[in-house]
This record gives sequence, structure tokens and C-alpha cells, in this order.
Amino acid sequence: MRISLFITCYNDTLFPETGKAVVRVLERLGHEVEFRSAQTCCGQMHYNTGYASEALSIMRHFLRVFDDAELICIPSSSCVAMIREHYPKMADEIGDPAIRRHVDALLPRVFEFSELLVDKLGVTNVGAYYPHTVTLHTPCHALRALHVRDQPIRLLRAVGGLQFVPLPREDECCGFGGTFAVKNADVSVAMLADKIGCIRETKAEVCAATDNSCLVHMGGGLGRQQAGIRCVHLAEILASAETPAEQAKR
Amino acid sequence: MIRVGEAAQAPDFPVAARHALGNAQLRRNVRHATEVIRNKRASVVGEMPDWQELRDAAHEIKDHVLRHLDVYLEQFEDNCARAGGHVHWARDADEANRIVIDIIQGHREREVIKVKTMTSDETRLNAALESAGIVPYETDLADLIIQLGHDRPSHIVVPALHKNRAEIRELFQRTMKLETLGPEPQDLTAAARAFLREKFLRVRVGFSGANFAIADSGSVCVVESEGNGRMCVTLPKMLITLVGVEKIIPSFGDLEVFLQLLPRSATGERMNPYNSIWTGVRGGDGPQEFHVVLLDNGRTTVLADEASRETLDCIRCGACLNACPVYRQTGGHAYGSVYSGPIGAILTPQLQSMQHSTSLPYASSLCGACYEACPVKINIPEILIHLRRRIVEAGAPLGERLAMKAAAFAFGDASRLSIAQKIARAAQLPFARDGRLAKLPGPLGAWTAARDLPAVPPESFREWWKRERGKG
Repeated sequence: MRISLFITCYNDTLFPETGKAVVRVLERLGHEVEFRSAQTCCGQMHYNTGYASEALSIMRHFLRVFDDAELICIPSSSCVAMIREHYPKMADEIGDPAIRRHVDALLPRVFEFSELLVDKLGVTNVGAYYPHTVTLHTPCHALRALHVRDQPIRLLRAVGGLQFVPLPREDECCGFGGTFAVKNADVSVAMLADKIGCIRETKAEVCAATDNSCLVHMGGGLGRQQAGIRCVHLAEILASAETPAEQAKR
Repeated sequence: MIRVGEAAQAPDFPVAARHALGNAQLRRNVRHATEVIRNKRASVVGEMPDWQELRDAAHEIKDHVLRHLDVYLEQFEDNCARAGGHVHWARDADEANRIVIDIIQGHREREVIKVKTMTSDETRLNAALESAGIVPYETDLADLIIQLGHDRPSHIVVPALHKNRAEIRELFQRTMKLETLGPEPQDLTAAARAFLREKFLRVRVGFSGANFAIADSGSVCVVESEGNGRMCVTLPKMLITLVGVEKIIPSFGDLEVFLQLLPRSATGERMNPYNSIWTGVRGGDGPQEFHVVLLDNGRTTVLADEASRETLDCIRCGACLNACPVYRQTGGHAYGSVYSGPIGAILTPQLQSMQHSTSLPYASSLCGACYEACPVKINIPEILIHLRRRIVEAGAPLGERLAMKAAAFAFGDASRLSIAQKIARAAQLPFARDGRLAKLPGPLGAWTAARDLPAVPPESFREWWKRERGKG
């Protein structure tokens, strides 16, 4: 299948490795990946902070760029939630039925990365090898807006060498919340402290998630504490394969 | 004057939250109490196969009432009056307080026993009563603790949730002037009982709030756990009930839905121990004079905004507070209002026409736990965003506006985004160490005060793609 990658603005800027990993996994599974260079952002930050008209023009740009895409893969659960939950409402609000039709036509083709693999492509074993203890944080948007909770777990459990440890209190927010992390930094950090406590309790080496925004928050706190726990996007784990040397050792 | 307690004078949420976060005892108490209620709620909600249908039904009933509020309020007035009650209409807090004081003074009474009335905290009735020479006694155990300690409620259902048993024992012993007082819950409730019984038997005016006002019968319903409410609404000669106009439900039969949802959501009980429903007055039984004060105090302005109207669906169960990861860190005082937590964050600023408490809509990470827990399905995250939008439209801080405009400009076109990425890469140079940014100036300094940020890597994804794949 021809899959169009919407990398998202912050992955593009801060986490190019996540994008490369998505490309590797999808190509390894035999799909063709395209990257439409005109793409920018989904508008989530503007929308959630109250800048609706700015979000609307970003939405229009997104619709233009991905108009004829066959399948759209997005390695960020909160951006998918933005598109799925808010684009229809935004279209209704401007009262333009053409835009609403455009959104409705697009939505069935928009998938979060793990959702695409498991629900659309029917794959759980992507042939990855990752000999580490891994726990999984479920982003609030994945859990409550997309209902994507089990898909990443199934993918992780199928990874060679990987030991999966469930995260206690997995339904609790890490405290990121976009501009919340800066506007209410103290509360955000208090929430993060609880989350880090849960992560450390698992004794995992790696904390994975389907969204780099939670990961940058948790990773930022773990890094400051020199906790020795890495935060890694699910795609990067699934992209890891056994080296010939590792294969020879086994 | 429209007033929500002392919310108009309260410090901004981030400031008050910082203060609360520094109180280790408070955080411990709040964490423990919310954890207990959440677990109880989860188990009694879990046993309801039709929970989601009940939520839908409640939402629809409330939606219907709010669309026809004028009709149902007048129906309630007629039916309540027919049963012997007196109905008063109060535009705002001051008017409501004035009506209540006039009724009490008209009977030359100087004391009132109160129960289950957060709405009277909203209007600051106790302060008004006291300045009119009338002594109010709170009789709900938690409200009594708040009153004796000159404290403020920190939770919608469990107002003294921030206090633990040791703190309450100390308070009772000091304020009730007890020589000895044991540490067990039974000891504390026995002390409160002795303190309150005498008031129940002596005071001739009762005052209550209402969980529901039923239009087709003119009845009022109060649910509670202690029985002190039952005392307040049956023993005095006269009873005054203050009801927010949104508390109306069309018919007695609608209680079927709400009395399943409310106790489970509020305290994790299948049924409240005491459900009091009364209709007007009855000769020789209970209060012989009954007044209902219907309060607007900003509610009709909330009603006028279709996008956030469902804020008025709230049945004050407090489930959103217990579910909220922000509330669980700060407790209720940080919200500066009698209504705390996620519902307080949307209700308090709206009641005040968005003139005060405008930091509250930002007091959420939009995690959605409140919406999931809400028994009447108020989409709180959506309303938070809507209110942020109203704040931005009325004029957000200049720095934020410029940053958002600049970001939107960059996101308008991929080549502009590429340039912005290059600028970010250059601008971070003085701050980047080992691929991390540990100390940044400006608003991002709030992030780096406790968290690292990854440095912007030398090559963006789009640059990598162009270099590797050469097209796009």
C-alpha cells in the first residue's frame, strides 16, 4: 500500500529518528512510503490554547496537502486526536459543507502509527529485535480519544528479546498537556514526579509511547534526575532489528 | 452583585497551586481521600451494565431542561406554591442573601441551622447573616469542620477532604472546648453529635440547598449521608431552601436516573443513606413555613453560550475532581472558588461572565479523565478549550499572541517552517550541551527549571528525506 507519512511539526524538528523509524518499519513490511514536503502541522497547539482561527488555517493547509493521500500514517496520538475529534467540529463551525465533506472523506484514511499496523494492516509482529526491558506509557489522547491502548502492547510483546513490563497507574496523565507544561509548570512537574515514580517502579530500561510529546516530558524529567531510563518512541523500537553479530551470538 | 464566593479576589491558579504544592500534609490528605473515593466509585460503577445509557439519559434530560428552563421553572413555582411553599426569585448573590435575611428577620429569629448548601457559599450567605446579627450553624459534619476552622471548602462533596483525622481532633477539642477527646472516628462524630443535637432541638429556622427541584410536583430533594440534613429539614418550624435555577428536573420519575448516578459518582455508594424529598408544607408535620429561593447569579449568562451551556448540567458529584490529576496534586483551595477541580475551572469563570478567574481554564492538561468520569457527560475538556478561546478573543498576553501568530505563520507554508527550524537550531547554540537544553530564557525557562529539553538535531526529518530520497 502507498502510505503517506504525516511526520508532525515537532517530530520533524526534534525527533527525525522517529520518522526514519516509521519509514523503516513500513518499508520492511513491503509498503511504499511517501512524504509530502508541503506538510507542516495539524494545528493542535493553536486549537488547544484558544487560537481557533490560526488552527483553522492550519487545518485547511493539512486538507490541501493530504487531499488525495491513500493512507495517512501519523506517529503521534495527540495529533490524530486533534484531526479526528476537532476537524469535523471546526468545519461545522465555519458552516462550509464542502470543507466538512472534505474532512469526512479524509478521516477514514488517517491512522495513528500503531493503529495503522494492528487495526488496518493486521500486523503485530514486525520482525523487530530489541533486547531490553520496556514499559509503555499510554498517552491520554490515545487512551481516551483514539481508544488505542492494546495495539502498542501487542506490538511490543511480539518484539524479539523484549521484556514487557506494564506501567502502574497507566491511565494517569504525565503532566505534559502542551502549553500547560509551561503555563502551569509547577503542577505539571508535580504530575511528572508521580509518573516518574511509576516508571521507576517498573525497573524498565526503556519507557515507550506512541507520542513524543509525552516522551519529551517524561524523558526531560528522567534525564534531569539522571535516572538512567530512556524514553523511546514505539516506532524506534519496532524499527530495531537484530544485527548479524547478535544473530551469530544466539 | 454576581459573586462566586471570593473567587474575584483569588490569586491566579498557578500562584495558588504553587502554594498548595508546598503543603505536604495537604497533598497527602488529598491524595489519600481521592484515591479511596475513586476506588469505591470504580467498583460500584463497574457493577452497572447500563452505566453509559444512564449517562446518556441524564445528559439528555439536562439538555432538555436547559432548553425549556423558563417553562420548568414556572411550573415548579406553581406547584410548590400550590403545596404551600413560597417561591422567591433572586437575580444575584446579594439579592438572594437579602431575601433570606428578610425572611429570618421577619420572624425575629437570630439563629439558623444549615445543611447541604454549597450555593450559599457561592453567595457568601454566612457573612451576610452574621453582619445582620444572625448566627448560622453548619450541621453537615464536613461543613461544620470548615466553619469551626474558619477554613474554606476544598472539595464539592467532601469539603474538609484536605483535613485528616488528627487535624480535626485538634480543631474540635479547641473550638468545642473539650477537656478530652479520643482519636477514633467514633469519638469525633460523638463530639459533633453532642455539639449539633442541642442546636437541632433549639434553633427554629432551617436552611438547605437542593440536589434537585422537581417541576411537576414542586418538590425539593436533598441527598446526604449523615442524617443531619434530615434533622435540618424536618425539625425547625421554618425552612428556607436555596436552589440554583439549573437544578430543576422535569418530573419525579427523572430521579430514577439521577439517584442511580449521583451517589455512585459522588461517594461510591449505591444509594445515599438519606434521601429527603419534600413538597410544600403539611399541617402538624415538619416545618410549617417553607420558602424556596431560586438563584440566577450568572447562570443565565452561562445558558446563553450554546457551546458551553452543558456546564449547567452538573449535579455536583465531584467525580471529576477525584479523577483529575491536577486536582489531586493541588486540592481545591488553589481554584480560589467554592467550585474546584475541572467543573470549577469551567463554572467559576463563566458565572462571572469571564471577568474573573480566567487562569482557571488553563488549569488542565486536557487529559480527559474528567469527561470520562462525569455522570452527566459534560465535555469538560472541550469547554475548557472554548473558554480559552473566549479569553484569547478578549485579549491574551501580547507575548503569547505574538508567539502564536509567528508559529501559525511558519505552519502556513513548508518553506517557512524550514526556515523556522533553521532559526531554532541557530538560536539554541548558546544553551545546548550534549544534545540537551538545560536552561532556557523566557517562557521556556518554566520548562527547563525542572526538565531537560532535547536540543534541535542538526538535520530535520524533511531535510533527511530530501537528502536520502531526493523528492517529495
